[in-house]
Amino acid sequence: MSKNDPIERHTIAVLVDNEPGILARVVGLFSGRGYNIESLTVAETDAEGHRSRITIVTRGTPMVIEQIKAQLDRLVPVHRVSDLTMEGPHVERELALVKVVSAGEKRVESLRIADIFRAKAIDSTIGSFTFEITGSGEKIDAFVGLMKPLGLAEVSRTGVVAIARGERGM
Amino acid sequence: MSTAAKSPTTQDTAQMNGAEIVLKALVEQGVEVIFGYPGGAVLPLYDAIFLQNSVKHILVRQEGGAVHAAEGYARSTGKVGVVLVTSGPGATNAVTGLVDALMDSIPIVCLTGQVPTHLIGNDAFQEADTTGITRPATKHNYLVKDITKLAQTVHEAFHVARSGRPGPVVIDLPKDILMGKGEYKSAEAFKRVSYTPRLDPDPKSIAQAVDLMLSAKRPIFYTGGGVINSGPEASAALTKFVRQTGFPITNTLMGLGAMPAADPLFLGMLGMHGTYEANLSMHGCDVMVNIGARFDDRVTGRLNAFSPNSKKIHADIDPSSINKNVRVEVPIVGDAGRVIAALAAEWDRRIAAGAKPDKKALAEWWAQIETWRKRDCLAYRKSDSIIKPQYALERLQAITAKRDDVFITTEVGQHQMWAAQYLKFQKPNRWMTSGGLGTMGYGLPAAMGVQIAHPDALVIDVAGEASTLMNIQELSTIAQYRLPVKVFILNNQYMGMVRQWQELLHGSRYSESYTESLPDFVKLAEAFHCVGLRATKTSEVDDTINEMIAIKKPVIVDMCVDQMENCFPMIPSGAAHNEMILGPDDKGNKGGGAGPISEEGMVLV
Repeated sequence: MSKNDPIERHTIAVLVDNEPGILARVVGLFSGRGYNIESLTVAETDAEGHRSRITIVTRGTPMVIEQIKAQLDRLVPVHRVSDLTMEGPHVERELALVKVVSAGEKRVESLRIADIFRAKAIDSTIGSFTFEITGSGEKIDAFVGLMKPLGLAEVSRTGVVAIARGERGM
Repeated sequence: MSTAAKSPTTQDTAQMNGAEIVLKALVEQGVEVIFGYPGGAVLPLYDAIFLQNSVKHILVRQEGGAVHAAEGYARSTGKVGVVLVTSGPGATNAVTGLVDALMDSIPIVCLTGQVPTHLIGNDAFQEADTTGITRPATKHNYLVKDITKLAQTVHEAFHVARSGRPGPVVIDLPKDILMGKGEYKSAEAFKRVSYTPRLDPDPKSIAQAVDLMLSAKRPIFYTGGGVINSGPEASAALTKFVRQTGFPITNTLMGLGAMPAADPLFLGMLGMHGTYEANLSMHGCDVMVNIGARFDDRVTGRLNAFSPNSKKIHADIDPSSINKNVRVEVPIVGDAGRVIAALAAEWDRRIAAGAKPDKKALAEWWAQIETWRKRDCLAYRKSDSIIKPQYALERLQAITAKRDDVFITTEVGQHQMWAAQYLKFQKPNRWMTSGGLGTMGYGLPAAMGVQIAHPDALVIDVAGEASTLMNIQELSTIAQYRLPVKVFILNNQYMGMVRQWQELLHGSRYSESYTESLPDFVKLAEAFHCVGLRATKTSEVDDTINEMIAIKKPVIVDMCVDQMENCFPMIPSGAAHNEMILGPDDKGNKGGGAGPISEEGMVLV
């Protein structure tokens, strides 16, 4: 293991049995072995089969990334581990809810920018907007950055979900 | 008695309570012995145990002892060891043993009681979040909240514990589940789809491995606990294959016994306290064949100086062990026994097809190894008066050498390393030691488990006085079940390995490593219905050992050994294989010896 190995960002999808404790197993594995979690999302994707899909964005040297995948695959309730970054092109999306509290010109400007970003206002009061925005992490970062001087009050983000392009499935 | 009217088959199924279902599943899984300790949450299971004769329960004196006993049982038989403890403190006491089994890949199923499901999370009496606590301490764990899944869970737990890379599995059993009524289902009814360890190696990687082995000029086999776990056939196949190739072989601490120690191809154990010839051969080899070992830090020494010029083949059943610490050229995922069989078959095929290993280079390699062997790295300064610990073990080895029924367990420390160096294991499953976790207090309960499995064998716990006190209460269990376990204490009144490190790294400031007020082990033995023997002079060693063996009762031997003896050879932490300290006179930085221990090395354990 060399200290000069490059740090890479990988998006990993994990198909698991939706049973109690599974998320704790995955998170405990990352914290216990000192791996990095940039984002993690989880939800049931197959109600009949009781399967959930976890999407993890992590960073590490190629050797660490290999370890992460092998360690995940070793967990008994894990069905499949797929390194989307390695296995070909994929799409990544994130959803954010962004609350902006402002009045006057700032309020109008926030609406204008939201329109450019194709963000939807899903809640509004006289003094606030809550926007829903979907896109890559960078796009959401940019949107949130622009909202800062316009009265940004609160942000809630889902973290990355991802899927392979084309006909390939997990 | 309405049940009397029902047919026997209905009685077998619908009328069982949870505890009976668990016991029936244990019987179906072939369990003969459980090591356990009762308590409130597991009373229904103890009641079911009382009412049957198929499974024998061994009552330990502390739950930690139960897990180590089950480990000794499992390690010496190849079967799954079974533990039963109550909720809360019962479960938390078991945790050390579970991690021990996890690190050393020992198959264990541990049943823990739990408060009834409706009380979980309420901080009830003797409640602990057992599945939460044991999640990183086990290969897998379960909390059963639905009696319809109970039988399935027990069957699955055994499958997970014993298959792939073996390990401990916990089943947490709430009391209402144990008392509720349900139906028994046999193991055949289930299959877990998400867990399918790969056993058969990829033929392509086998071919690559044999390519490398055939081209090798300075090859070495380095094998570990994976070979032992694969069963005695794997060890036999390994021995045969190694002899066929004529390559030298070294074993890890966990792998001792896979290759008969008497074989001239065997270089002894490698690693921090491994032999000079094993470590230098690892350092100088050009092809390394690792089967079932995991490049542990005790084995590799400083990673960037580990076997710098070799191409490495690594076969392991656990893909996460491959390329974890050391990058290898040929990874092979598979069961050790099947990998050895595949390698041997491919080797035979190539030889038959005219492939020629480099015999001349191999002969030169052996000539080099023999010069290392001549250093006689296990030599020590003999004494006519004071007992040298190495001498005590050499005599134990010599006196028991002709017997075929000797099982050795150890505690953790200097005595453990001396046992690994001076005792000669000719067969697998005869050596039970805490390798990965290094759990002091392992040896006595482990010996108890071994003796339960092999009632007529000579089971010896090679112990240190400090370690053995950590689970000394199990002497009471040993007495209860009339187990003729021999506890062979190398008593130097110090935590010897701690003292050795303080001498080498901390200016001989022996901070808290000396034990004041040790018990009189002879009287202690008598108090626990055992026989106590003591030797204080070199001339008494043989008689004491012979007497220990002759007594058909549990015996504690208090070998009062040289207090200041250190365990050599030694690779200081942070050093490389070719920087060994060979003995007390080799502490400095003379040619070939190690330099002073670096700052980086001091940080390492």
